[in-house]
Amino acid sequence: MERLINFIYEYRAFFTFLFLELLCAWLVIENNQYQSTRYFNSSNQVAAQVLGFSQGVREYFSLRTINEDLARENAELRRDLERTRQQISTPTDTARINQFDFVSAKVMANSTNLYKNFITIDKGSVDGLAPGMAVIGDAGAVGKVKSVSERYAVLISLLNVDQQISGQIKRTSHFGTVRWDGANMRYTTLQFIPRHALPVVGDTIVTSGYSAVFPQGIMVGVIREANLKPEAPFWDIRLELAQDFGRLAFVEVIKSKLKSEKDSLETITIGEPK
Amino acid sequence: MSRSGIIQFVLFFVYLLVQVLVLRNLVLFNTAFCFLYIAFILLLPIETNTLVLMLAGFLLGFSVDVFYDSMGLHALATVLIAYLRNYWLSTITPQGGYESGAAATLAANGLQWFLVYSLPMVFLHHLVLFFVEAAGFTMFWYTMLKIVASLLFTMSVIALLQFLTPQRRRI
Repeated sequence: MERLINFIYEYRAFFTFLFLELLCAWLVIENNQYQSTRYFNSSNQVAAQVLGFSQGVREYFSLRTINEDLARENAELRRDLERTRQQISTPTDTARINQFDFVSAKVMANSTNLYKNFITIDKGSVDGLAPGMAVIGDAGAVGKVKSVSERYAVLISLLNVDQQISGQIKRTSHFGTVRWDGANMRYTTLQFIPRHALPVVGDTIVTSGYSAVFPQGIMVGVIREANLKPEAPFWDIRLELAQDFGRLAFVEVIKSKLKSEKDSLETITIGEPK
Repeated sequence: MSRSGIIQFVLFFVYLLVQVLVLRNLVLFNTAFCFLYIAFILLLPIETNTLVLMLAGFLLGFSVDVFYDSMGLHALATVLIAYLRNYWLSTITPQGGYESGAAATLAANGLQWFLVYSLPMVFLHHLVLFFVEAAGFTMFWYTMLKIVASLLFTMSVIALLQFLTPQRRRI
């Protein structure tokens, strides 16, 4: 026993090293799992405030473009609102019409050049946010909520190699998985579009609505390259993202009121999602 | 706490704040990152205990992780270089050894020694950091590009800051 203790004491630096590295590795692996509410990320009060200050300084340099974007978005929304008002003459199911609720939030921190990019916003559980909710920007889909604290939330950006959302070619209705390849912040890929589909350059990709996280028809991007290798079962599709993540200032979190109903129905019929 | 201890304590927060407030936003060509904070570990006095180094490295890396939303990633890479630092220092001891109480800085040991000392350390840190972040070797060449670009960027900033701090030189 004494010799064992002596042995450990002699190599205490190495054992401490081993312990710390295993702790770190565990943290890295644990953090890769999607959706969690935890304390040590940028939604934590102190970190979020520091990042908010940093973002506040940076914002002064892009106020003009932010204003232009917001004004344009306002105009579009007003037009849409008017159109919908005229369409809905006799609402039948108010729950379905009010299926989605929107919460506007300001971006506190954002990165675009790592492999796993996250966005911190200034709305949290107090405003009704919960992990798993979809987030859109002025031009298209942005990501999902990963974790929330009382007043802040961390989003897992579309520019994150772990993020997958269900996308659809608007023209042909074929659906696949939108997943970032980690290289360029303006481009992402669409996977699992079968051979018999005929995507062409210029086709619009929208969200499919199958997961009930995103509403159907939210803009994702436009196809810029579509290749079919002779032996491959699926197309290689590269699309340009509609949302420019480099200058993201305001986002909208979508609260889907029917998601739990849809998910529980699917769990009963299909089983727990993996 | 001794005077130099207090200075190091303050420096810890200075490096952390510079990293998360300034350098986090400063990425050149989307590939070159500057992880200046590891200079804190590299420049601690030569006689610093490995246990202290690793603990400081862990705390610093972990704090940086909180702001980068990359739990454990920077801590992992920083603890590794904190552990290897002293072994590497004793391997490259110059003729006649280090002066007692000397810092592992450019001013105390000269430019050539400093490059031999810090280049492999920074390279190792970036190597671990970027490959763990990429979670594998699927994007090998792109990740290597990021590593080399970041290595040049970080090393330039560390070396330049060394020239800016007023200290007795031996070049």
